Amino acid sequence: MFVPCDRGGGSAAPDFKGFTLLMPAVSVGNVGQLAIDLVISTLDMTKVGYFYTDCLVPMVGNNPYATAEENSTELSINAEVYSLPSEKLVVLQIRSPFIKNKYRPFCETLLSWVKSSKCARVVLLSSSHAYQRDDEQLLGTPLRYLLTPDLEKAVGGRMKELNWKEMERVAAYPGISDTDKILHIPGGGITKLLFTESCSEGIQMAVLLKFCSEGDNIPDAFVLVNYLNEWLQLIKSESNNSTDSSSQWKIPSSWRLLFGNGLPPALF
Amino acid sequence: MATFFGEVVVAPSRAGLDEEEEAREETPEDREIRREIEKKREVDVLWTWRSGGCAEEPLVCSRFIVAIGRNAAAFLSSFILDSVCWEVVGVVKLWNEWCRTSSTTNVLPTDSFCLFYRLISDPTVLLCQCSCYVAEDQQFQWLEKVFGSMQKKGLQVTILSTCPVADYKTQESTLTLVSPFLRALKTKEFQEQVCCPLLEQPNIVRDLPAAVLSYCQVWQIPAVLYQCYTDVIKLDTVTIEAFKPLLSSKVLKSLAKDSSESTKILKKFLTTSDTHNNIYI
Repeated sequence: MFVPCDRGGGSAAPDFKGFTLLMPAVSVGNVGQLAIDLVISTLDMTKVGYFYTDCLVPMVGNNPYATAEENSTELSINAEVYSLPSEKLVVLQIRSPFIKNKYRPFCETLLSWVKSSKCARVVLLSSSHAYQRDDEQLLGTPLRYLLTPDLEKAVGGRMKELNWKEMERVAAYPGISDTDKILHIPGGGITKLLFTESCSEGIQMAVLLKFCSEGDNIPDAFVLVNYLNEWLQLIKSESNNSTDSSSQWKIPSSWRLLFGNGLPPALF
Repeated sequence: MATFFGEVVVAPSRAGLDEEEEAREETPEDREIRREIEKKREVDVLWTWRSGGCAEEPLVCSRFIVAIGRNAAAFLSSFILDSVCWEVVGVVKLWNEWCRTSSTTNVLPTDSFCLFYRLISDPTVLLCQCSCYVAEDQQFQWLEKVFGSMQKKGLQVTILSTCPVADYKTQESTLTLVSPFLRALKTKEFQEQVCCPLLEQPNIVRDLPAAVLSYCQVWQIPAVLYQCYTDVIKLDTVTIEAFKPLLSSKVLKSLAKDSSESTKILKKFLTTSDTHNNIYI
């Protein structure tokens, strides 16, 4: 459930009516979550609440977007909500994996919050196992999108203009050509479940995903967030090349030491 | 990657292993098995201060001190708890793959248990020693059943726990770090002085200590967590003594025992842990 940060008398609960909800799927390489970190850090978004749930593994730490001594001691938990009212943007960041058997309850709680808070649409950043691509998917762009029927009507044209590639549906039984085509997002965590539920509940949802593998997924996060930016224009590109705005994304301080501590000097 | 026997295994993805399982529809048999496992893994909190006929009024609590893990629990046993000033008021019964708690209150420091004590002279002071491992699917239940029994107005929470120094992220190598050492995390509402440096980015805390602190942050309860980074995983007097700076804190200062008694109890831990650690006669 959404719990606002400020609950003192006089301050109203944040209003997300008409906002775009941006959120990650916990998926291969954690690419969606890394991309969301870049968005929150670059746009200097304000934390407005927590998504208190029993579906995610608990974790706490100090402010992952700290820029100075003064703002480094604010506690952060595993699922938090940030907002930028000037852009009508609300972001949910998820920082830990799902507890077993809790995918479905989480999706239900999330979609019910989307409906009650009257968000206009949801954009889900995700990823899928690169090794599961078929021969055609191995060539060309590793980025894909999906739109629920309600959002297709609104922005389908824009995707065509941007020359984006829709996620292919695959045969239910590979090798047998006359079976139904289904959506298959291996390594995508709750992506498929959230998308199919949104389709059936009439929620406007877009999924933006990248094919990738586990490893150093920082470059994948940059590619995904630039892909998002082509559509939502969250940051304006300074250079002439409108597709490359990598240098303008601010890496959060919590990305330090991702691959371990310093080395013992006695090693050399 | 190959295991010892040469078969190839899939490297676990951070995305979660069984998404396919989750997406599949449950058969009635699956549902039955899942329900049975959930029932077996239920967390039961038995409060002994509630007698049969009483309505379930919440426990008024001003200070709640939680020690998670054997060393943190042993710190409370050595420096705070005794059988004269404190009485047992609750016990947690749970089972998971790592441990089963005993419902007896006569426990050894090396047992798995979760007990609640109340200060007889001030019944609003509650203390918990939780040396059993509470699994990730049980942590929320533990929180709701423990905090659900308390009146949270005016409550302040102090959490003590330990974790391996190898988990500590720092620019230097962990070889040069002097352990054990303390680090703290506090909620927004906690205004008092902390007894050690705050936990630096990008370090995080997990498991039950994180669950308790998250609960306090969300529900605006002043709380502080003291995490002791240590390189000893078993019961160890050096790790236990690393918590000593906390005895100067506002919460624990008035509760601390006589130091000679503490030394006696610590010596007892030394012999207990030696017996368990030594596999050679």
